[in-house]
Amino acid sequence: MSSEQNSNAKTYFWNDEKTRAILYQIVTAAFVAFIGYYLISNVQTNMEKQSIASGFGFIEKEAAFEIGESLIEYSAADTYGRALLVGVLNTLKVSLIGMILTTILGTFIGVCTLSTNWLISKIGTMYVELFQNIPVLLQLFFFYALFYEIFPAPRQALNPITGVFITNRGIDFPVPASDPVWGYIGLAFVAACIVIWLVRRWAVKRQERSGQQFPTFWVGLGILLGLPLLTWIVNGAPTEMDVPVLKGFNFQGGRNISPEFSALLIGLVLYTASFIAQIVRAGIQSISHGQTEAAMSIGLKPGLVLKLVIFPQALRVIVPPLTSQLLNLTKNSSLAVAIGFPDFVQVAGTTINQTGQAVEGVAMMMVVYLTFSLLTSAFMNWYNKKIKIVER
Amino acid sequence: MAETTQIEEIKPPVTDVGVIGWLRQHLFNGLFNSIATILILGFLIKLIPQFIQWAFIDSVWFTSGQECHQAAGACWSVITQNIRFTIFGYFPYEHQWRPLVAMIILVGMLVYSREWNRWNKRLGYAWIFALLVMGLLMKGGLFGLVPVESTKWSGLPLTLLLSFFGILASYPLGVVLALGRQSQMPIIKSLCVVYIEMIRGVPLITMLFMSSVMFPLFLPEGVTIDKVLRAQAAIILFTAAYIAEVVRGGLQAMDRGQYEAAESLGLNYFQMMRMIILPQALKIVIPPTVGILISAFKDTSLVVIIALYDILNTTKSILSEPEWTGFSTEAYIFIAMIYYVCCFSMSKYSRRIEKQLEYKHTPNQE
Repeated sequence: MSSEQNSNAKTYFWNDEKTRAILYQIVTAAFVAFIGYYLISNVQTNMEKQSIASGFGFIEKEAAFEIGESLIEYSAADTYGRALLVGVLNTLKVSLIGMILTTILGTFIGVCTLSTNWLISKIGTMYVELFQNIPVLLQLFFFYALFYEIFPAPRQALNPITGVFITNRGIDFPVPASDPVWGYIGLAFVAACIVIWLVRRWAVKRQERSGQQFPTFWVGLGILLGLPLLTWIVNGAPTEMDVPVLKGFNFQGGRNISPEFSALLIGLVLYTASFIAQIVRAGIQSISHGQTEAAMSIGLKPGLVLKLVIFPQALRVIVPPLTSQLLNLTKNSSLAVAIGFPDFVQVAGTTINQTGQAVEGVAMMMVVYLTFSLLTSAFMNWYNKKIKIVER
Repeated sequence: MAETTQIEEIKPPVTDVGVIGWLRQHLFNGLFNSIATILILGFLIKLIPQFIQWAFIDSVWFTSGQECHQAAGACWSVITQNIRFTIFGYFPYEHQWRPLVAMIILVGMLVYSREWNRWNKRLGYAWIFALLVMGLLMKGGLFGLVPVESTKWSGLPLTLLLSFFGILASYPLGVVLALGRQSQMPIIKSLCVVYIEMIRGVPLITMLFMSSVMFPLFLPEGVTIDKVLRAQAAIILFTAAYIAEVVRGGLQAMDRGQYEAAESLGLNYFQMMRMIILPQALKIVIPPTVGILISAFKDTSLVVIIALYDILNTTKSILSEPEWTGFSTEAYIFIAMIYYVCCFSMSKYSRRIEKQLEYKHTPNQE
């Protein structure tokens, strides 16, 4: 367009669209670069003034703070690097467990809101309205306070089942005493999962070929329970348990789920589930009613209608917004810092306070969460592609 | 002559109409639903009286903390006795009428502005005037009002302030970012994409951390910006990225013909956007935008983490006093109700607008 204009009349270069576009961009880039340079130079002078070190050298240094709970061995004598790793693992732990639980709960409530039973659907709707409209941080505080105020001190621990104690220090429960057998059983469990996957593939192929159905669910359940059980019996069936015992002011032995972790998990799961319920509901409603009628008319039971006809189609509508909700859960897990669960943000915050290296600390937080986000959305994109309708 | 015997009208069976019919259809259709109904009813019958007993019958309302510890039921006194600190926080006690008036003005203006047909220039001027008055009331210093440091602003006024200005300022910024992302110019486009995706990938807490620990390092020597303003900036920058994505949805939903028609009229880019594209695009994304605004409102509670005293934090500090420890449930229920009322009315509003828009898009349907 511009070349045409140039050819028949004199156009000044500042009236040329392309030239102007380049000009705008140069100005913007220069402006951003200038701001960046200005800020960085300020940071440098400030850090020199306050004699704050720069760079990531602190990772090698001794952290000198304790962390309440950790998936790996950690003590105050370890490095900052290891402390941060503990934080990352704690964040991952709460996010992964939370994602699984919230998806299940959210789907369940979403289906409930569409129930023909008036009571169930009303309760479902009320749940969604209530939990969506209250800040998640408030919910976390609420559940944390519940733990502290309702449950008794260790001396008066609630003891619902033998060996399980509920106190304001969390839930203590027995675990099998350490024995190599449990490692083998774990392997057997993984092996069972692989076998089930293979069986399922074979069953689907067979059904496509011959129309015969195979009871995948029951066989799968059998393998899943049977294989680890067999391993246990073959290895002499050890039954020794590590039971928590009250010693002094707290329980020793067994495993403990801390109130911080429980409150965080419950709060995140309940909050996110209310959003997922809405997504699931919208997804199911997006499938035309004719599909349900057609499925019923070929004699499928209501449960099977949902499982075989509605859900596979609704999933395509559900997955993209579901992804962003699961990402939100991961990001909201950073609120752990408010109730004292040592997630990554809390450990990084302590690191910043001790070393004064705010820029590096905040940068690390951003990088870690960006990585989580990218990984989750990559996985969900892969899954979304998988469940896309295959046009034949 | 034709026989005129009247055939008696057969009424539907009693079990299919009226209360019984409703019950059968909605609560007891099929074995599963019947069992579920009975279970839920049993559960509710057990739970509701207990709750009523706790919340109303055994509860105390206007006592001191000591008496509360003896009461069997809820201690609502934790709210009634501390209501002024909960709502106004550290704002000087004798001047607390000022934030109260400011909040009333704000809510009144918002309620008045809810109808579109009232949006005109005069309302715009009224808003500017109202904002000035509110600023004056909060800050003081003129007309004999005692100046109050912004560090003293706390409680509900702070929550409303952070969310209102967060929303107000992030909206235009979000629109600009969305336009930048749709732009043909590669440098501007990539800057916007990087900004939006980066912000959306990190939690708000990191932004708040940035504002509280990193931002002071960015400033030249001797310059300090107070904490409320820094948190406000973080909220604005964060919300803008989310608004940008919503607005982008609206821009993409616009028909290509609209752009072409505008260009063929000889409008330049800014005229085209201002007069043709944005008015339509922004209108169709009002419902999701309100969704973003609701979450921005809820997210202001996160300033607790950088030790600003919004309404959640004033409540927490009351609960940490020995007299009132142990009554978190009651206090948090009260705060939850405040948030619930605000968020619920916003989402109601969005649903109403959605209905109005649906009607406008298909005028021939009825």
